[in-house]
Amino acid sequence: MQPEADLPGNLPVAAISILALIFSWWGLAILNGDPTVLPSPWQVFPLAVSELLSGELLRHLAVTLRRVALAFVIAMAMGVAIGLLMGRSSGTDRWLDPWLIVFLNLPALVVIVLCYLWIGLNEVAAVAAVAINKIPTVVVTIREGTRALDRQLNDVAAIFRMSGWARFWHIILPQLGPYIASAGRSGISLIWKIVLVVEFLGRSDGIGFKIHLYFQLFDVGMVLAYALSFVVVMLAIEGLLVRPWEARATRWRRA
Amino acid sequence: MISVAIDNKSIGITPVLGCVAFQVGAGETLAVVGPSGVGKTTLLRVLAGLDADFVGQVKVPERRAMVFQEPALLPWRSALQNLTLTTGIDESTAREALGEVGLSDFADRFPGQLSLGQQRRLSLARAFSAAPDMLLMDEPFVSLDVSLVSEMLDLTERLLASRAIATVFVTHAMAEAERLATRIVRLIGNPATLEDVIS
Repeated sequence: MQPEADLPGNLPVAAISILALIFSWWGLAILNGDPTVLPSPWQVFPLAVSELLSGELLRHLAVTLRRVALAFVIAMAMGVAIGLLMGRSSGTDRWLDPWLIVFLNLPALVVIVLCYLWIGLNEVAAVAAVAINKIPTVVVTIREGTRALDRQLNDVAAIFRMSGWARFWHIILPQLGPYIASAGRSGISLIWKIVLVVEFLGRSDGIGFKIHLYFQLFDVGMVLAYALSFVVVMLAIEGLLVRPWEARATRWRRA
Repeated sequence: MISVAIDNKSIGITPVLGCVAFQVGAGETLAVVGPSGVGKTTLLRVLAGLDADFVGQVKVPERRAMVFQEPALLPWRSALQNLTLTTGIDESTAREALGEVGLSDFADRFPGQLSLGQQRRLSLARAFSAAPDMLLMDEPFVSLDVSLVSEMLDLTERLLASRAIATVFVTHAMAEAERLATRIVRLIGNPATLEDVIS
């Protein structure tokens, strides 16, 4: 969506911007003067390193990442399928649109609590709760993308008798690419936030569980150490996986 | 062989085509001329099988191809892939087809890297690579300058001459029709019907 953001020239700007954020945080910590309420970056960083070296951070990080990945794959697969169906068929759209509005407006917390109550305090409920929260927003984005598909290319596919798979892979998917990337990018950021709430409320491992633990101990430093470690991981996923894939999928636009 | 006997064709409640009947044999080119909006493209869509909502009978060969008003290429695939993926031909046949329209050196380019004239030639190459028994052309030279139109007409003439294809060529330029067609008809009226043009 923003090919300029992939240019190396933007890297120094991003680095300076992040440094400015860290120094602002430091400034606020100094102004506040109470490290139990707002520790400085230089107090949080050693905590994160110590948790990393003990193996505790990696263990909980891996658990949360697995939940994020599972929920992401389920939400994207179902969201793309339902969005395509609703975008292609006005009848299906008329029937499912009210459902979509209901699910879009259902608070994440309600879905999480109901999943735990109905399915139990287990992994299935945790992943299902996250996926159910995300599916409607993916559906909305993909439905818009499907409505914007080039009709003439559909005619080309019909006249030249392209197979259903070839049509999907070479005609539909490239057109939906930017919409899928947009849904995926907003999906990852939303999903990991919901995963933390899910873990906070009903799991005994994961970053959300650790945040819950240190919340009860009023240990702001450890809460920040765990939360920010995960932010770093998500930024790395965005930079190393999402953006390169997006750049590759849209290289024909810049050619 | 194309055999058309349409009684009527409406879009919504608006009648577009009235009684339209003609036949085109292998190796023949029928040019359909007429003013904009008269129903030329609608007629081609019926022939192409893209619109089955009409009253009458249309018999067309199984193997068909179409050259659209816009080049209608896949912008995210290379020129070569635009031939192989769409028509199912192999790479070496696709390279020959590109050579036939003078695009040998552009096989790996994306359509966006080609000029409009080159895109139209690629679109022509795609249609002929499908080895069709019926070729439909919907104002394929529109918005090209005069010298480019003449070049495209030469190319199309050459490609058609070496094949026995039943072709229906829609245009509003009589000069183009006279150049390519073995017979010219005019689509006129509301709903539109055909009349022969003596050129």
